[in-house]
Amino acid sequence: MSDTTHEEHHDGPHASGMWRWLTTTNHKDIGTLYLVFSLIMFLVGGTMALIIRTELFQPGLQLVDPHFFNQMTTMHALVMIFGALMPAFVGLANWQIPLMVGAPDMALPRMNNWSFWILPPAFLLLLGTLFMPGGAPAGGWTLYPPLILQTGDAFPFVVFSLHMLGASSILGAINIIVTITNMRAPGMGFMKMPLFVWTWLITAYLLIGAMPVLAGAITMLLTDRYFDTSFFLAAGGGDPVMFQHIFWFFGHPEVYILILPAFGIISQVIPTFSRKPLFGYVSMVIATSAIAFLSYVVWAHHMFTVGMPAAGMLFFMITTMFIAVPTGVKIFNWLATMWRGSISFETPMLFAVAFVILFTIGGFSGLMLALVPADIEYHDTYFVVAHFHYVLVPGAIFGVIAGVYYWLPKWTGHMYNETLGKWHFWLSTIFVNILFFPQHFLGLASMPRRIPDYSVQFTEFNMISTVGAFGFGLSQLLFVWMLVKCVKGGEKASTEVWDDPEGLEWTVPSPAPYHTFETAPKV
Amino acid sequence: MADTKSDYFVPHGSPWPIVASVSMFVMALGGALWLNGSDAGRTVLLLGLAGLTFMMFGWLGTVIRENIAGLYSGWVDRSFRQGMAWFIFSEVMFFFGFFGALFYARVLAVPWLGGDGIGEATNSLLWSGFESEWPTNGPGEIGGDAEGGFQTIGWSGLPLLNTALLLTSSVTITIAHHALKNNNRRLLNIGTLLTIVLGAVFLYVQAFEYVHAYQDLDLRLSTGIYGSTFFMLTGFHGAHVTLGVIMLVVTYIRILRGHFTPNEHFGFQAVSWYWHFVDVVWVCLFIFVYVL
Ligand code: HEM
Ligand SMILES: [Cu+2]
Repeated sequence: MSDTTHEEHHDGPHASGMWRWLTTTNHKDIGTLYLVFSLIMFLVGGTMALIIRTELFQPGLQLVDPHFFNQMTTMHALVMIFGALMPAFVGLANWQIPLMVGAPDMALPRMNNWSFWILPPAFLLLLGTLFMPGGAPAGGWTLYPPLILQTGDAFPFVVFSLHMLGASSILGAINIIVTITNMRAPGMGFMKMPLFVWTWLITAYLLIGAMPVLAGAITMLLTDRYFDTSFFLAAGGGDPVMFQHIFWFFGHPEVYILILPAFGIISQVIPTFSRKPLFGYVSMVIATSAIAFLSYVVWAHHMFTVGMPAAGMLFFMITTMFIAVPTGVKIFNWLATMWRGSISFETPMLFAVAFVILFTIGGFSGLMLALVPADIEYHDTYFVVAHFHYVLVPGAIFGVIAGVYYWLPKWTGHMYNETLGKWHFWLSTIFVNILFFPQHFLGLASMPRRIPDYSVQFTEFNMISTVGAFGFGLSQLLFVWMLVKCVKGGEKASTEVWDDPEGLEWTVPSPAPYHTFETAPKV
Repeated sequence: MADTKSDYFVPHGSPWPIVASVSMFVMALGGALWLNGSDAGRTVLLLGLAGLTFMMFGWLGTVIRENIAGLYSGWVDRSFRQGMAWFIFSEVMFFFGFFGALFYARVLAVPWLGGDGIGEATNSLLWSGFESEWPTNGPGEIGGDAEGGFQTIGWSGLPLLNTALLLTSSVTITIAHHALKNNNRRLLNIGTLLTIVLGAVFLYVQAFEYVHAYQDLDLRLSTGIYGSTFFMLTGFHGAHVTLGVIMLVVTYIRILRGHFTPNEHFGFQAVSWYWHFVDVVWVCLFIFVYVL
């Protein structure tokens, strides 16, 4: 085995068939791999969600036994976060960042391949636990001890799988940072970079800061279980609450890892379809940095009910509420960009506008949760579930979808079917609200989360929510259909695709050739 | 930044990453099987490790050959440097997690168990009579000798020696680096070799100290929170020193083969950065684990 390192010019892939995909070092190939993997995981995680929602259609136990229900809630979250959302964003970064900064490829192409190919084996380990004695982990994606230490044979598989996913994220993040800092075309100064590139730069910093801490936390879980350490054992002088602190030191930056790239996508889409430059570019960059910085000092807002000195609660409450300020700056900038623009509502724009509105709902419920006295009431109820699903589904996932519709013509060379896109949008948006809005009411009425059964007074809202879930899930099949059709053919896309959009990616032909910007463009 | 084509070397396909991923998978599988008490576990784990070693030779070998063939411009070199710097930062964050556990236990968890602040009820209801102290193996006196007692390693003996060893090694590698820049190959050789020797002696002393702790002091990984933080922090640090020594040995062989030039020596630079990082972690360990 040896690398093909010929100097002569290659126009296409260096190999064919499966070997091409296994060994590719091309950022577009790797981006495609990430995106396809993410779509598969989105469907796997979605199926788990539908199992959960089916069980919750009625009070009482009908479909699955409670232990399996708990495995589903745990695995659904892990699959969606580490399998669907994070790889989707890295896939978009792979495709777009070199195109947007005018680089010939990612800075470290072999490592780029590695960070992708760690994912499938890691998920083999994780999903394989479903078939092991004792089943998959069932203690929640937050892995709190001592409960999670009672997992069966699956336990070390979960830990090692997460180690691998962390390694993949760190390698990917290093690659993205180096590409952005070292590979920009001449003239592409930092303050000229598109916002998607900016938000990803900051996200990558968050990844490198947060993922190693998660690795440490799960290593402590592992040694507590198998090597008799006492990190989370009070009798030995440790503290189970300490796990929560370490986990959320990772966990809160993680939720911003899941949203900042979406902010970036929305900041690309809205100006294009408003036919105006982005309002407040500099303030967007500053706001994103401020959010990233604050995200490291708010973690204990997930722990208001576990016991903490009052001064600690105050500190974490106030810092959490501060985050609303830069977030608000961003929302108003998007609105100001649209203000008096000549707006047209193609599918990417529809998803972007829905993002702005629905993400804001999630932000507001977050603020409610940030208030200590209120959170003591809401914590671990469906209100929290409604909050984070509003920021994650019509937030992060809508962001990904908007990005996919926006750049798909550039990738495939074909326009997607606009009618299908519109249907996909309206059905998704209607059903996502039917799915998650009632969960606010359930939470305010104190229905606990992560429980397969509930008191009868919660029935109606649960039924509505389940109907919404199936509607939303089925609508995504339209998305898959649209994707397949667009890859296979369709109206030819022009170089610019949209109406005079800004950015280097719109200066290369559609579909983007296998190698772009081998000679750096002048900006 | 250059604007001519082919200035930035982009490899066209490589088999090594997938070998790396498969090896990682085999290692994880083996490790998990082993922890679950399966006989095959260790073998599978070693198989994965062998694969990973094979991959290292293949991947790094390719990179070194490309480098010698002159395919890398200064631009590529900068990518490598930045990549290594961020990798080291991620390692810093990994240690930060464990130091965080140490601080949390000492400053908050143990005093709370002893009845301080919010721990008043915990102490009187669950652990009455326990008084906060450090070092401790907790109110349940986990691990330790038959009475739950244990001793710790004072800072002024071997740990102080080890501090001196590592600090000196930081100096020797810096001397070697400057020698490389001034094209003084003899001093480069000596400096690198000395660094390796100092690192190896450090590891020997550390191993000696571990045996002493286990056999004579009743201080083990299982000795409550003190044993946990002590061995995990020093253990992970030791593992990093081991890795550093291996990297230094490889670097030394490359020096003997005349690989680095005064202007272009990313490999050497990366190892020296890594070595300084390991050194800084040790200084923190020495202060927070041993002295304070
Ligand atoms: C203004 C911004 C935000 C504020 C003030 C906020 C506040 C909070 C608070 C206080 C909680 C803890 C509730 C509890 O457990 O009692 C929480 C939970 C959560 N938030 Fe947010 N949040 C914000 C934005 C986001 C974003 C952007 C995301 C992700 C894209 C997110 C994802 C989550 C998740 C996943 C949880 C639940 C984790 C779990 O317990 O499993 N939040 N949020
Ligand atoms: Cu949070």
